[in-house]
Amino acid sequence: MNVYSAISANKNKTWLIMVLFVLIITTVVYVFSKALGYGLGFAGIALILAGITSIGSYYYSDKIILATSHAKPIQKSDNPELFRTVENLCIGDGLPMPKIYVINDPSPNAFATGRDPQHAIVCVTTGILPLLDKSELEGVIAHELSHIKNFDIRLMGIVAVLVGFIAILANLFMTQLWWGGLGGDREDRNNNLQIIFLIIGIILAILSPIVATLIQLAVSRKRELLADASGVLLTRYPEALASALEKISKEPHSLKSASNATTHLFIVNPFKGKSTKQLFSSLFDTHPPIAERIKILRSM
Amino acid sequence: MNSTLILLAIVLIIVGFVWYLYNSIIVARMRVSEALSQIDVQLKRRTDLIPNLVETVKGYAKHERELFEKVTEARASLVSAKGPAEKAKANNQLSQTLKSIFAVAEAYPDLKASQNFMELQEEVSDTENKIAYARQFYNSIVLNYNAKLQVFPNVFFAKLLNFKSAEFFGATEEEKKPVRVSF
Repeated sequence: MNVYSAISANKNKTWLIMVLFVLIITTVVYVFSKALGYGLGFAGIALILAGITSIGSYYYSDKIILATSHAKPIQKSDNPELFRTVENLCIGDGLPMPKIYVINDPSPNAFATGRDPQHAIVCVTTGILPLLDKSELEGVIAHELSHIKNFDIRLMGIVAVLVGFIAILANLFMTQLWWGGLGGDREDRNNNLQIIFLIIGIILAILSPIVATLIQLAVSRKRELLADASGVLLTRYPEALASALEKISKEPHSLKSASNATTHLFIVNPFKGKSTKQLFSSLFDTHPPIAERIKILRSM
Repeated sequence: MNSTLILLAIVLIIVGFVWYLYNSIIVARMRVSEALSQIDVQLKRRTDLIPNLVETVKGYAKHERELFEKVTEARASLVSAKGPAEKAKANNQLSQTLKSIFAVAEAYPDLKASQNFMELQEEVSDTENKIAYARQFYNSIVLNYNAKLQVFPNVFFAKLLNFKSAEFFGATEEEKKPVRVSF
């Protein structure tokens, strides 16, 4: 796969995901409104709302992702060295200079977002800056710039927001179901309402892993490997990225502001160690194993 | 009747192909000149830094007149250089003389400690890096362009339409390394 076919594949997949999202939401609502005799009005509203969400996420996914990650923009005077690194690599890649954001978190990580190279953002955590030396940081930034150049950012941004949206809905209904199920002593509870929540909850609970699999397909592990490889093409120094990945993976802290919806954006899986959250991300790994990536880089 | 149709179709295909080829070569050539202008931006940045650097060093090391002349000369030849090969050569020369300026600075502790000088050193080495990356980008674009001209069957039409290969922005092995500024 070369860069040009990667770019057009990413653009096409973005459209596919946006359309699929609208279809899924509308279908689910249609089935329910049919079953409950509410008529087609609900499905129409769902179609419109899902369409707005889908198109909105095309333009605003980067802002939503940055807000949920608690990222703050910085100026050149705040960190001239980081800015220079990004500037230099952009010159080498022929990209316009992206905006730079920082997440105040000791866990070292980085991601890129935006919808195209003209509206791109590179975001790093404060933990990564003291951890890596100059050439390692260059390796990481070059990896992120490759995501920008390949239009991975557009697809990954859309996926993050739409999946996050479905995850929030599923969560909401599952919580309702849980408390509704336990709260049996409350006789005045509307029985009908409980059944609705039950069914919606179950359907969405079934739906979200399917959608998660879709992310996995769209945001395959190959994408990270491709970004590693084209990043190295830019810096001409694979060992720097390899040792950066090694250092990042050795750091035990998880990134607090990352969520299942945004995991696939980061250069290294932001959830470290085993936890309940980990169960989901290990079933649907968005990243190839670090050891494998390092091995490939060292054999270049 | 039939054979004239076939002939017409062949002519149309060839015309269409040449049309497409011509446009794509023009676009590739524009990319080359755009990439070259990116190098020029960085080279200009570098030549703009030099008078400032020379003035700063002069303030502490008045006796190094010969060195200042050399640097000024190298700068002038870079400013007047035309074409990638000539610019690359002048740029290499300037790198060498800048290295000797920084080497000389070692002998002047006051100079080395001056805030202004340290900032200039930082700027100069950053510009070196930027030139290196701009050149890497330019050379990859040139590689693309030249390949477009030289592959079959483009090579015939490129010759016919009088397209010429672009020059690489050369660099010696020595010059590929950024300027090391030691304290």
